[in-house]
Amino acid sequence: MNHILIAPVVLPAVMGALIILWMRADLLLQRVFSIAGTAALLGVALYLNWMASSGEVYVYRLGNWAAPFGIVLMLDRLAAMMVALTAALALAVQLYAFGSGWDRKGWHFHALWQFQLMGVCGAFLTGDAFNLFVFFEILLIASYGLMIHGGGPMRLRAGVQYIAYNLAGSTLFLAALGVLYAVTGTLNMADMAARVAVMPAEDTALLRTGAVLLMLVFAIKASLVPLHFWLPSTYANAPGPVAALFAVMTKVGVYAILRFYTLIFPQDTVIEGVVMDLLLPAALFTLAIGQIGILGTRNLGRLAAFAAIGSVGTLMIAVSQFTPQATTAAIYYIIHSTLAGAALFLVVDMVGARRGDLWLRLDGVMPGNGLIAALFFATAIAVVGMPPFSGFIGKLLVLDATRDAAAAPWIWGTVILSSLVAIYGMSRAGSLVFWKSYELQEVPVPVAAPAAPRRGPIPTKLEPDEHIQDLGDAASPALAASAVGLLLAGIVALTIFAGPVTRFAEATADQLYNPSIYLHAVLEGQEGTK
Amino acid sequence: MELLLSSAIGMMTAAGIYLILRRRSFAVVLGTTMLSYAINLFLFSTGRLVINQPPILQDGVTSYTDPIPQALVLTAIVISFGMTAVTVMMALGAFLEGGDDRVDMPRADREPGVSRGDAGEGR
Repeated sequence: MNHILIAPVVLPAVMGALIILWMRADLLLQRVFSIAGTAALLGVALYLNWMASSGEVYVYRLGNWAAPFGIVLMLDRLAAMMVALTAALALAVQLYAFGSGWDRKGWHFHALWQFQLMGVCGAFLTGDAFNLFVFFEILLIASYGLMIHGGGPMRLRAGVQYIAYNLAGSTLFLAALGVLYAVTGTLNMADMAARVAVMPAEDTALLRTGAVLLMLVFAIKASLVPLHFWLPSTYANAPGPVAALFAVMTKVGVYAILRFYTLIFPQDTVIEGVVMDLLLPAALFTLAIGQIGILGTRNLGRLAAFAAIGSVGTLMIAVSQFTPQATTAAIYYIIHSTLAGAALFLVVDMVGARRGDLWLRLDGVMPGNGLIAALFFATAIAVVGMPPFSGFIGKLLVLDATRDAAAAPWIWGTVILSSLVAIYGMSRAGSLVFWKSYELQEVPVPVAAPAAPRRGPIPTKLEPDEHIQDLGDAASPALAASAVGLLLAGIVALTIFAGPVTRFAEATADQLYNPSIYLHAVLEGQEGTK
Repeated sequence: MELLLSSAIGMMTAAGIYLILRRRSFAVVLGTTMLSYAINLFLFSTGRLVINQPPILQDGVTSYTDPIPQALVLTAIVISFGMTAVTVMMALGAFLEGGDDRVDMPRADREPGVSRGDAGEGR
């Protein structure tokens, strides 16, 4: 048993606790330890990827208890990739948080950040359904704190809405787990899969109920239409770096759908007609509503939020096919949409820091207009899926994988038409914010008031007008811009190395559709356990 | 016994759903609490209902009740308790900063230039 498997859970947990206990008042120390923790997490994640690339599935039995009784952590290619993606994203976004000064807008940013990473990594690694619920709650409760970081009436209100929606989702999750436990008598995912496989088809009524309930829960997390209503206000009102980290949270829902519906529920009997028929239309509507939202919104923050919804739509179209080829496309698109979505939120936050708000209206030329316009342009191209960036390759892979599907005309029509809408929406927003502002040269550029006395590293109480990040708070705008540059570099690398990445995704998808390796790893070879 | 438990779960779920659809955050908090009570009872029932039997191994006892749902309910109670506390704190914060305790977003969240009362313009 290799103890490194639990490191992505333990490391952020220990870091978060250390930060909150010993470094409460020292922002510099918090930053050093937090970034070191995230960097170490990335290192561990890369090592786990190397381990998983052998094609073997690794099991970590907590307390060395035998499998269906104790909790297990599972490491396969998909889990390792998601952990690495989370760590890489967190590292880049954390640099942005330093550079923009967001992390000194309130208390406990870094502790919450680490707990958030713990929850996300745990959700990717766990092999136990109830443990997945626990990690969901960990990542949610940390995200509540992060979401209202910095305070302000609108943000708090959006936070209350976010909590209420997700509490209802958690309740549903427990109901689904209860139903599944009542049917199968186990909570270990591999054991559950083995029992479902031998269950007679006429006894599966409750199982199907459980499967659909679970699908609803994960659809809330992934913000599939019609369960997406929590997302726009939450993401638009969350601090920029937090919204960027949340780009990986919708992927937790997608990951859980992929995991449960390839491993536990056999597609031929139980799920066909129940989940499949629901998932594809929901994905198409998600894509359409996300892209129309990009065009319809009057706020840059909401624009980024709707772009996130649209990317989940494209992703779920690929996932809903449940074929290895489509899943390959989905895995590629997961990496792309996480990086691109996060970069868009950061660029939008840079605009907000310079303009004071995010409404799509004419305003004076902001400082650093050219650089930010260039970053926005590149990010928008990546998000809507135009060449030359990886969004284009991702969409091509999705279209190619659905070529033979029965619903292919619907899928192709929706993807292509909605991309057009998104391109129009993005270019309208970009030209209004960046180009047309030059027509208003006579309006004096508002400068950040330098007269205000600089407070300590962490302010005790924020003034009402400080809830919006402004440039005067930025420790280093250059660092913030280079963090966005890092994410864009990731997208470029994803484009250039599309071949190797696709081969990696292919191997990952093959592993997902051969659940017997996973089952054997957990349920057999348990000598020496309690 | 079964009828009593299932109707209790049903009634609490109905009350919970009605309450979380209300507009004030106080009712929503009560609603989520009610829902979590209902779910705890439901989880408890997933190990089949048996009366007067121990969950843990004892000498001279041959039949037991399923201990796992009890452990799950315990976890769920702890989590929902913590979550309720967080919700109350956030709702209080939103009420004190925003001036009212509605859970829906005001128009100022979607449209520029709309005043949202005395608390200044939000982003």
